[in-house]
Amino acid sequence: MSDSHVYTPYHPRWLRRRVSTYWWLQKWSYFRFILREGSCLFVGWFVLYMLLLVNAVGKGPDSYARILEWSAEPWVLGLNVVSFLFVAFHAVTFFEAVPQALVVHIGRTRVPGRLVMAAHYMAWALASVLIAWLIVGA
Amino acid sequence: MADHITLQVARYRPEQQSDITFDEYEVPCPKEWVVLDGLNHIKDRLDGTLSYRWSCRMGICGSCGMNVNGEPKLTCATFLADYAPGPIRVEPLPNFPVIRDLIVDIGDFMQKLVRVKPWIMRQTEKPVSEGEYRQTPEELDEYKQFSMCINCMLCYAACPIYGLDPKFLGPAAIALAQRYNLDSRDEGASDRMAVLSEHEGIWGCTFVGECTKVCPKHVDPAGAIQRYKLTAALESMKAIFMPRGA
Ligand code: SF4
Ligand code: FES
Repeated sequence: MSDSHVYTPYHPRWLRRRVSTYWWLQKWSYFRFILREGSCLFVGWFVLYMLLLVNAVGKGPDSYARILEWSAEPWVLGLNVVSFLFVAFHAVTFFEAVPQALVVHIGRTRVPGRLVMAAHYMAWALASVLIAWLIVGA
Repeated sequence: MADHITLQVARYRPEQQSDITFDEYEVPCPKEWVVLDGLNHIKDRLDGTLSYRWSCRMGICGSCGMNVNGEPKLTCATFLADYAPGPIRVEPLPNFPVIRDLIVDIGDFMQKLVRVKPWIMRQTEKPVSEGEYRQTPEELDEYKQFSMCINCMLCYAACPIYGLDPKFLGPAAIALAQRYNLDSRDEGASDRMAVLSEHEGIWGCTFVGECTKVCPKHVDPAGAIQRYKLTAALESMKAIFMPRGA
């Protein structure tokens, strides 16, 4: 119990159980949560890699060629594949959570959660198309 | 289907033992019997010393919450037959101190509940002669879901954050704060803000989401918390960019 230490006559001997160190292995949802928390490192790496890539592109064809070569090394490739999967996992679980956090009203009616989620996926797709167009088309 | 099922029931007799042990009982298992019926059968016919709480036996009072095979459940709404052929393990709700057998102490929640001021607050009350505070069905819908909470504590039992850090305000208390914040008749949102947005308030939640899954009343406490996070973030942005209060 928290801060109140009220004296109770014949106070029962309460049993306080400890949370097991391995609580996160007890349920799939707990494990999924820990996976999300732990995989932040990979997401961080993904961002860093993007910055390195943009930086290399900015510096000219030579450095771009060099980073491509480096990226083809098995361990970098492996790391990037794993990171990509985790980034996708984060994106999907994030979009899943959006309707719970974001309640949108149009006039007096509440927009259904699925639509809010769909709008986010649309925005994601649009942004991807835009970037693809910038890189490939322009 | 077998006509009996075994219940492995957690026992804690503070004057005799220092940890939980399990006693096994065979109870009848007709298809309409819930876990609570099994416990009542034990208490009435097999072992009168078993202690547990219940009242309404219809999912209203919120007092019969226990862990059934590791999942927090209302035992009056959990059918024995769903677990056939058994055995079924019945334990007190985790994350709360056990007083005896299946009875836990929820005093911690009761104190937290008062801190979020779960009642309608007005800046100024209008005189009775001016009539009631009226509300449209749409306005009711805004908070109705959060008002369905029966304080059964299943969400606290499912929340690993509350288990690890008992200072965390927890799912139901925050959902109930939101129940009043979103009520068109209430003007107390700013009074609740300090408690809700402290570190042990909404920010303690890391969105495991189990509270929403186990809630028997579809309150969606995880949603209430995430929604309030957004509100609190917007408020603090406002405070930075519009310090004079727009
Ligand atoms: S939010 Fe749901 S699980 Fe939590 S106390 Fe209320 S009714 Fe029970
Ligand atoms: S006995 Fe009242 S909710 Fe189960």
